[in-house]
Amino acid sequence: MTKQRGSQPAILFALTCAMLLVLAASIRYGAIDFSIPDISRALISLLPGQPDATLEQRIFLELRLPRAILCLLVGASLGVGGTLMQALFRNPIVEPGLVGTSSGAAFGSALFFVLGGLFNLGANLWTLPLAACIGSVISTYLVFLLARSREDGRASIVMLLLTGLAINALFMSAIGFLSYIARDPQARSITFWSLGTLSGASWSAVQIVAVSTIGGTTLALRYAKQLNALMIGEEEATYLGVNVNRLKWIILSINVVIVAVATAFTGVISFVGLVVPHILRMMHGADNRFLIVGSALTGATLLSLADLIARLALRPAELPIGIVTSAVGVPVFLLLLRRRQYVF
Amino acid sequence: MLEASDITFRVGNKALLSEVSVSFAPGSLHLVIGPNGAGKSTLIKVLAGLLQPQTGGVEYEGADIRGASESELAKRRAVLSQAVEVAFPLSVREVVMMGRYPHFGGRPGPVDEKIVDCLIEFFDLAEFIERNYQTLSGGERQRVNFARVLAQLWRFDGSALPVSVSAATHSSCRYLFLDEPLTFLDIRHQIEFMKKVRDFTDAPDVITVGVVHDLNLAARFADQIVLLHRGQVVATGSAAEVLTPEHIRNVFGVEPTFIPVNETGVHLIFD
Repeated sequence: MTKQRGSQPAILFALTCAMLLVLAASIRYGAIDFSIPDISRALISLLPGQPDATLEQRIFLELRLPRAILCLLVGASLGVGGTLMQALFRNPIVEPGLVGTSSGAAFGSALFFVLGGLFNLGANLWTLPLAACIGSVISTYLVFLLARSREDGRASIVMLLLTGLAINALFMSAIGFLSYIARDPQARSITFWSLGTLSGASWSAVQIVAVSTIGGTTLALRYAKQLNALMIGEEEATYLGVNVNRLKWIILSINVVIVAVATAFTGVISFVGLVVPHILRMMHGADNRFLIVGSALTGATLLSLADLIARLALRPAELPIGIVTSAVGVPVFLLLLRRRQYVF
Repeated sequence: MLEASDITFRVGNKALLSEVSVSFAPGSLHLVIGPNGAGKSTLIKVLAGLLQPQTGGVEYEGADIRGASESELAKRRAVLSQAVEVAFPLSVREVVMMGRYPHFGGRPGPVDEKIVDCLIEFFDLAEFIERNYQTLSGGERQRVNFARVLAQLWRFDGSALPVSVSAATHSSCRYLFLDEPLTFLDIRHQIEFMKKVRDFTDAPDVITVGVVHDLNLAARFADQIVLLHRGQVVATGSAAEVLTPEHIRNVFGVEPTFIPVNETGVHLIFD
């Protein structure tokens, strides 16, 4: 049975506090630690009329801070994407990359690394995310196209799920092939990117991901009630006034946009989208109005924590963040599952 | 008035309903009977607007429902299905509240809360409201869903009970469809359920169409019985008109015996 521990506002407030706490730790510690006076001096140097920032302050302002914020945004995107996909598929084992979005992004970037090696194209701020985005749009579109029924053009949830699995497998094998034929520096890039990394964070990336994350989450909240109705089945939801086919396309589109944009800048980060909705459901049931906001906050917190570990574990070197999310996430998730209070 | 005219519904080459024409008056309880595969559930889904027939149409008070959006229909039409599964843990109260979803935008208003409270009391669900729906038994779930479906159609006139509101204050009818609602209920809950349906349908603006298997229950509670066989209407009318030995023999393939009960009623047994 669902234990309704605490009220929704109280839980959301606690989650916000946790997120801010992790954010504070995440801007303070890393390859270099910044003390609180360092941080405030760096922030003050942004004001007009102040002396130019020192090298250390510029490291903080141009690397550490955008990275911490990008991390929050990407984590929020993955959390919300996971909640939306699990609600839509009425299935707790679904993650946001299910409809091909992240494997397509990984394929796009792998192809970019290999072709870039051949034609001597350098990866800059825009080319790699663009390649990843194109890859995820193509793979997602392919899934939608193949999952549509020949009779009425509607995609059933089961067809989408199975087609998504198949297309993911196809793209993963293509990535395997590319990393097999790639020469060494490209092959390493492919590996690093398919494990996810936030080392490429910049303020431009923050701006773009902020638009998709905040816009997507706000839009998704407007459909929370309809997603709740979907929990009792597609037919019942129709009887409750939901245009189910329209809802499917809207939710899938929101998910594709937020996940593709986030993945485009950071690579494939597994497990966050799968775990976050479960943690929240264990806290306060499955009402999507609560889950969407809660999973944005929890996703942001967990990914920041993972990034902090990725930066501190082998300091001054850093781990790909996907390794941390899986290595830490899996045991925690299994523990939670075994203690779970609800039936699937 | 609910009117279905000349409905034909095909899946592939098989006609599940062929040229069905039938009308349902407000304030009456209409029960559809027929053997397995007669097209009863299909008829309910067509009448409720879920399935679009290839020919013919369904009219609510003279207006074809094909033109109405899902959300318009949901404000005055509710459907109780056989077994409703919830994919994730959800409290019983939230499931009942779903019946009010068509009536509010973001958050439920005080009227919605009030209606849900009324129905929780009406269905004796107070002890369950914080329980996870998934942990309930089949019969308990069906009561929760009946509360949800009535919450969708309930109109709040300030007083708690009964449900009836004079039709004069509301121009449009309310449509309640029941697709084999008794499947998971024990005998006591079957009778209680049918009585509640009966009471609700006494409101002059309510049209209830339900599918049942038990011919005796149909005979006892229905104002009009519709007998379906192989996608066609064999007979409509009162219990005495429809439940004749000939119809029962031809349609269900069993031999009925009529046992008089009290002064007016009969009880059917089959061989």
